[in-house]
Amino acid sequence: MSAGSLRLGRYALNGAAGLSLGFILMPLIFVTWLAFFRQEIPSFPPEGYSLQWFAAAAKNKPFIDGFLLSLQVGVAATLIGLALGVPASLALVRHRIPLGPGVSTLLLLPLVMPGIVLGTATYVFQIEIEIATEIPVLGSLLGLVAAHSLVVIPWVVRLVTASLVGFDRSIEEAAQNLGAGPFTTFWRVTLPSIRPGLVAAALFGFVTSFGNLEMSLFLVGPGRTTLPIAILQYLEWKIDPTVAAASLIQIVLIGVAMIVTDRYVKLSRVV
Amino acid sequence: MARLSISHLKKIYGDFIAVDDVDISVAEGEFLVLLGPSGCGKTTTLRMIAGFIPPTAGSITIGEQDVTNLPPWKRHCGLVFQSYALFPHMTVAQNVAFGLEMHKVPQAERGPRVAEALRLVRLNGFDERYPRQLSGGQQQRVALARALAMEPKVLLLDEPLSNLDAKLRLEVRVEIRELQRKLGLTTIMVTHDQEEALTMADRLVVMEKGQVRQIGTQRELYERPADRFVAGFIGRSAFLDGEVTAPGLFRTAGGLDIACAAASVPGPATLALRPERIAVGAEVEGLPNRFTARVEHASYLGALLDIQVSLDEHDRMLLQIPNRAGLIEPKPGESISIGWAEDAGLVYPRGA
Repeated sequence: MSAGSLRLGRYALNGAAGLSLGFILMPLIFVTWLAFFRQEIPSFPPEGYSLQWFAAAAKNKPFIDGFLLSLQVGVAATLIGLALGVPASLALVRHRIPLGPGVSTLLLLPLVMPGIVLGTATYVFQIEIEIATEIPVLGSLLGLVAAHSLVVIPWVVRLVTASLVGFDRSIEEAAQNLGAGPFTTFWRVTLPSIRPGLVAAALFGFVTSFGNLEMSLFLVGPGRTTLPIAILQYLEWKIDPTVAAASLIQIVLIGVAMIVTDRYVKLSRVV
Repeated sequence: MARLSISHLKKIYGDFIAVDDVDISVAEGEFLVLLGPSGCGKTTTLRMIAGFIPPTAGSITIGEQDVTNLPPWKRHCGLVFQSYALFPHMTVAQNVAFGLEMHKVPQAERGPRVAEALRLVRLNGFDERYPRQLSGGQQQRVALARALAMEPKVLLLDEPLSNLDAKLRLEVRVEIRELQRKLGLTTIMVTHDQEEALTMADRLVVMEKGQVRQIGTQRELYERPADRFVAGFIGRSAFLDGEVTAPGLFRTAGGLDIACAAASVPGPATLALRPERIAVGAEVEGLPNRFTARVEHASYLGALLDIQVSLDEHDRMLLQIPNRAGLIEPKPGESISIGWAEDAGLVYPRGA
């Protein structure tokens, strides 16, 4: 291939990459822009700019309550997801367990399953449990957390498994040789060594849970809505930029979390 | 430091016998090397001593204690891994202190002991570095310091030098040996490098196919190899197949009669000759075994010339001639006279 056509190819590739990136960023740019519009009904060009919608979002009780609930559910689901996903990953990587590949696929399934399907299935399942045990599961915080753990687990399994595959087991043997029992070895040597995978798993798991709408729609109870649902409900009545402001706050929070995390573990290296 | 003994140690994987009835005892302060080709069971033996592989049968005693059924963390033997296996998330000092912490050494005592261990391997001042900031040789020394800091009963070295470059390897060999002697450490090292084994060991154990072929000092192994395998593995040997026809007489496959003191029991056998025991040219005068050989191949090795010769169409052998001044290098196709003394060869019954 000649140098000219090689350069042409590179331009084409860069152009395509730029186009894709622009396409991905477009909604983000518009939401950001919209959040600062002065008028209530979004129209272009804007009549002027203001910060009033941020104040409105911060005063909106459903948003505040939704944010707190989403935070609660996200943290709890992430912790449960880690507690279940890490041992599962260890078992999958280290031991020849029966139907290993099948189990592995099963654990990743919630990631590819459409949210509506997952939501319906969980909804029906929780109703059945409620009928069988007479414990009010549906609409409870517990039910919501349990369901959200389901979407955290695939992230944990995927990222922790990846960290464990390249892990030199002789360092665990070294710890045992130096007098550490199995638990101490795990806590002091294994876990710290797969920390980047753990942190990334926690971050992505949390974000997935925090932003989940489809599944939560089936499972929230009266007076108990997560932030995505609160936003959706608000949009049913109004289309003013309060929603854009609330979204922007979310985007900034998640962005900050990612940047801070990236300082400690290079996310691009584990994901 | 303690003595260590292994008796009737056996490890079977399915129908593969990895270690077959191994008996070894190491005296206090002795440096023993397990030597053999890869897959001979030397590493499996070492890992059974460290407790990472449960033996199928047999027992391991360290000092007065039978450790056969103890888990690795209760055996108190310091192992230096081939890959060093340093904890990547801990500093050098934390790595070295880990064993002390596990053995509940009081905090106040740990600092001085870490410093002492690092001083022994000449790494003082590296406390706060992370393993990734060190060269291979330095990592290797941290691994050694980490094993030494907890004052193990025995020191186990698993091919500790194989990841170092050739020049460094020679230095570290001497360093480890001097340290071992100074501290009086009972040490077992595994290696497949013959030269490394010969330079470092007090005694060597030659293993093959899971079995101990011979245990002895360098001189014993070289001069009185127990079998044909050891004769070929430690140093080089020329092998002539044939049979012992009468006490003191060996006949090669090609029909040459050789006077040989080691030939005793008549029957098929192999005669092993060390290349440097074979005289060439004028030096053969007066020797009982003298032959005219045809040069097949000559290689110039600096201090020595390696010469492959054939005595007849069945019997080939290797000689080494010192590269002295005025030496005329034999060319392939030339005839040279070679000869050796009656006591030069060792005879191994064939099939054994």
